Amino acid sequence: MSNEKEPLLTIEDLTVSFDGFKAVDGLNFSMDRNELRVIIGPNGAGKTTVLDLICGKTRATGGKILFKDRELRGMPEHKIVRFGIGRKFQTPSIYENLTVFENLEISYPSGHSVFGCLAFRRTPEVIERIESVAEAVFLKEMLEIEGAFLSHGQKQWLEIGMLLMQEPELLMLDEPVAGMSPAERERTGDLLQRICKNRAILIIEHDMEFVQRIAHKVTVLHLGKILAEGSMAEIQSNERVQDVYLGH
Amino acid sequence: MLSFSPFLGYSFQEIQSILVMQGFAGLSLFSVLLLMALGLAIIFGQMGVVNLAHGEFMALGAYMVYLCSQIVQDHFPSLAPYYFVIAIVIAFFVAGLVGALVEWTMIRFLYRRPLDTLLATWGLSLIMQQAFRSIFGAREVTPTLPEWLMGSFKPTENIDIPINGVFVMALSLFMVGAVTFFMFRSRMGLHMRATVQNRAMSGAVGINTALVDRLTFALGCGIAGVAGAAFTTIGSTGPDSGSRYIVDTFLVVVFGGAANMIGTIVSSFGIAQAQSVSEFFLEGTMGKVTTLMVIVLILMIRPQGLFPSKVRS
Amino acid sequence: MKSILRKFLGGREGAVGIALLALIVFAVLPMTLDIFRLNLVGKYLTYGFVAVGLVLLWGNSGVLSLGQGIFFGLGGYCIAMFLKLEASSPANTAIQSTPGIPDFMDWNQITHLPAIWVPFRSLPFALLAVILLPTLIAFIVGAAMFKRRVGGVYFAVITQALALILSLGIDGNQGLTGGRNGITDLRTLWGWDIRTQSAQYVLYYVCGALLIGCILISRWVLSTRMGRLLLAIKDREDRVRFSGYDVASFKVFAFSLSAAMCGIGGAMFVLQVGFISPSLVGIVPSIEMVIYAAVGGKMSLLGAVYGTLAVNTGKSLFSENFPQLWPFFMGGLFIAVVMLFPNGIAGVWQSMRVRFIQLRHSAKRAPALASAPSAPTPLLEGSEV
Repeated sequence: MSNEKEPLLTIEDLTVSFDGFKAVDGLNFSMDRNELRVIIGPNGAGKTTVLDLICGKTRATGGKILFKDRELRGMPEHKIVRFGIGRKFQTPSIYENLTVFENLEISYPSGHSVFGCLAFRRTPEVIERIESVAEAVFLKEMLEIEGAFLSHGQKQWLEIGMLLMQEPELLMLDEPVAGMSPAERERTGDLLQRICKNRAILIIEHDMEFVQRIAHKVTVLHLGKILAEGSMAEIQSNERVQDVYLGH
Repeated sequence: MLSFSPFLGYSFQEIQSILVMQGFAGLSLFSVLLLMALGLAIIFGQMGVVNLAHGEFMALGAYMVYLCSQIVQDHFPSLAPYYFVIAIVIAFFVAGLVGALVEWTMIRFLYRRPLDTLLATWGLSLIMQQAFRSIFGAREVTPTLPEWLMGSFKPTENIDIPINGVFVMALSLFMVGAVTFFMFRSRMGLHMRATVQNRAMSGAVGINTALVDRLTFALGCGIAGVAGAAFTTIGSTGPDSGSRYIVDTFLVVVFGGAANMIGTIVSSFGIAQAQSVSEFFLEGTMGKVTTLMVIVLILMIRPQGLFPSKVRS
Repeated sequence: MKSILRKFLGGREGAVGIALLALIVFAVLPMTLDIFRLNLVGKYLTYGFVAVGLVLLWGNSGVLSLGQGIFFGLGGYCIAMFLKLEASSPANTAIQSTPGIPDFMDWNQITHLPAIWVPFRSLPFALLAVILLPTLIAFIVGAAMFKRRVGGVYFAVITQALALILSLGIDGNQGLTGGRNGITDLRTLWGWDIRTQSAQYVLYYVCGALLIGCILISRWVLSTRMGRLLLAIKDREDRVRFSGYDVASFKVFAFSLSAAMCGIGGAMFVLQVGFISPSLVGIVPSIEMVIYAAVGGKMSLLGAVYGTLAVNTGKSLFSENFPQLWPFFMGGLFIAVVMLFPNGIAGVWQSMRVRFIQLRHSAKRAPALASAPSAPTPLLEGSEV
């Protein structure tokens, strides 16, 4: 129903200040469907804060966040999620005392109300979907293992799996390969490229090699504002970006 | 505590006087609440530890004063006018020592588990109450207060200001000043604040965080001991005297914003006065009930209290 | 059939647990105890309702309420009001200045029944109120607090304050509520004399049946997605919001359901013991009821019942022989449970079983276990004791 040519996410003049300190300062940003955008920048540039603002974890003090033509500011977190945005956190955030299967099941996008939960049934359809997502995130063998016993990398995959279950239109990942071995990083990169179809993905990352491999477009953030935007090649040759972040 | 019959039948002047006196009664209550809240705010606001036995540390201080009074009466009657101040100091140190012991044996294992500290300290309060009952008896006791604390002075004909009330208030304000000075001007105070704000870094720069925790808890308990000493001047002490004030104290701390000296002062003043005045106009317990209900309602609407800390978590 | 077995009874193991409890409650105890002691057990079972509710609320959702006495008391007062009105018929109260109203109202020179008492003339109303009034209060208080993200310690202290408010409020209004002495001298329930021995037997069995019913309902709730969600909320509440759930409404549900069970318990208390007073509503009884669940095992529905029975039996044994020692023991129990047995007796039992199973497994297949992570039996699969 919304115009295919319109950007999926539009941020206008977004500002958030904590007691005078402007973590995000008049940010203007937009993303299309099926786009894989990476945000890079030095620490304290406001990258995680931008994700916090979009998903409702932090309240903005000014500006607009439009997703599918609706203003997200003021919407409670769980409604934003149901509206189509999924977020993966910097430190893996899974339910430690539930099994992998149950972690994924909780993320299944139906029966979210109190009575919906009581009435929710584990139909073959649900089970099939859980199993296929588990396979996509390399956890098919671990379905009965409790979250607490997964390795760091596996927890990251599980979290991505939980997001996939939600079937979001915009997927936001905060440092998805942090703490992973090179082999794990490669698998994760493939995974992300595979799931990029039919959805928009916004990633924050520091690993330049990883970024180079997967990004369509890169945005550089510095002091709460956009410093530069473009393809990886353009960014890498940008002098200001080199000064501030990449090094010469 | 003062009790009043319905105010109909008093002249306007008399009512004014009654309100002033009731206000002073409220000030005594304010002082005790303030001291209790100060100790609790240090423990809860600084360390996140919920000490449901805090009232029992107050009672401990009160019993120490009583003990001193008995010893002086029986063995050193000539010291009678002087013992009280020393007794307060003793109350502070005994309560502090017991607090340190409790922290060492129990609290330090429960720092990341606030709900569990609730239950464990409740258990401690049961044990302490029964210990008081066994050692000092179930009946309420009062120390013999020195001469200079008795009596009152009368600025006008109708107003009677009890001296002990003034003393208690002075004591409380002194303690607030002393604690503030200690926390913000002394080296140990700096260590305490540093440990709370960034434990890992504090440890890394050589601060013995375990010791700091113990001292912080002990300080909070010691202040409760002083509250107990203050309490002896306005009421008698029994094994469950502590439990009478614990809920109020918590509400004071939460209402004031938990992390905040000014909030604690304003909050204890407000709540003490509200209770005192409403006790006058409504019968007995209904005064307390109304005050509590108003506080809880306000907390439900504004859970962060009056002066919340604006720290980005 | 198999899925019913799984949902309500928690698998074959759970069914055995319930059957064992039913055997003890319905057969063993009535056969071995005289009616006086059986009535005492009946009283303890009413506290069990609170403990079962706490397993849902505290053990599974991570919400500690120190004010469950509020709901226990409300349920008790509702049925007590009906029973008192029935016992205060004009014939029975002929010697009062105003016949037809409860005696304590007469002592306070009240001349007609206060409006709030009038609906309690009807048994259906009173029975509905027993369940609905605590649920409604829990709903309102819970919604007010959880929607504002008041949780943890703050919530616990506020429930404590509410318990204090209610008990003081009841205490200070003798004309309306019977004051400190409570409502006493209850006689008949719709004509049936509840003081006779045969009535006490019947009430005991009814109480046991209702308690087991509450356990089955709780089992069912925990077997649905709700159960897993409550555990997730207990683990990581903020994350659950980002899975698309309105966390507050789930906590309100758990709080209200536990309140309803407390209300039923309170009513059964009144019917078996014959009175209600503010001493069952305030801070002390509310926290005591928490220890029953904690000792038995806050993650285990059956454990909570056994814990209640154990602690209360211990209490009356101590009171008979060493009354001064009981508070020391109870205080020590609080501390021991928190520091040594966080999941109570049921938790100890469970970890012993798991270790036993692991020993047996490793004896059978030593080499293959080298690479796989040694995960213990998943906590939820049919392990509900």
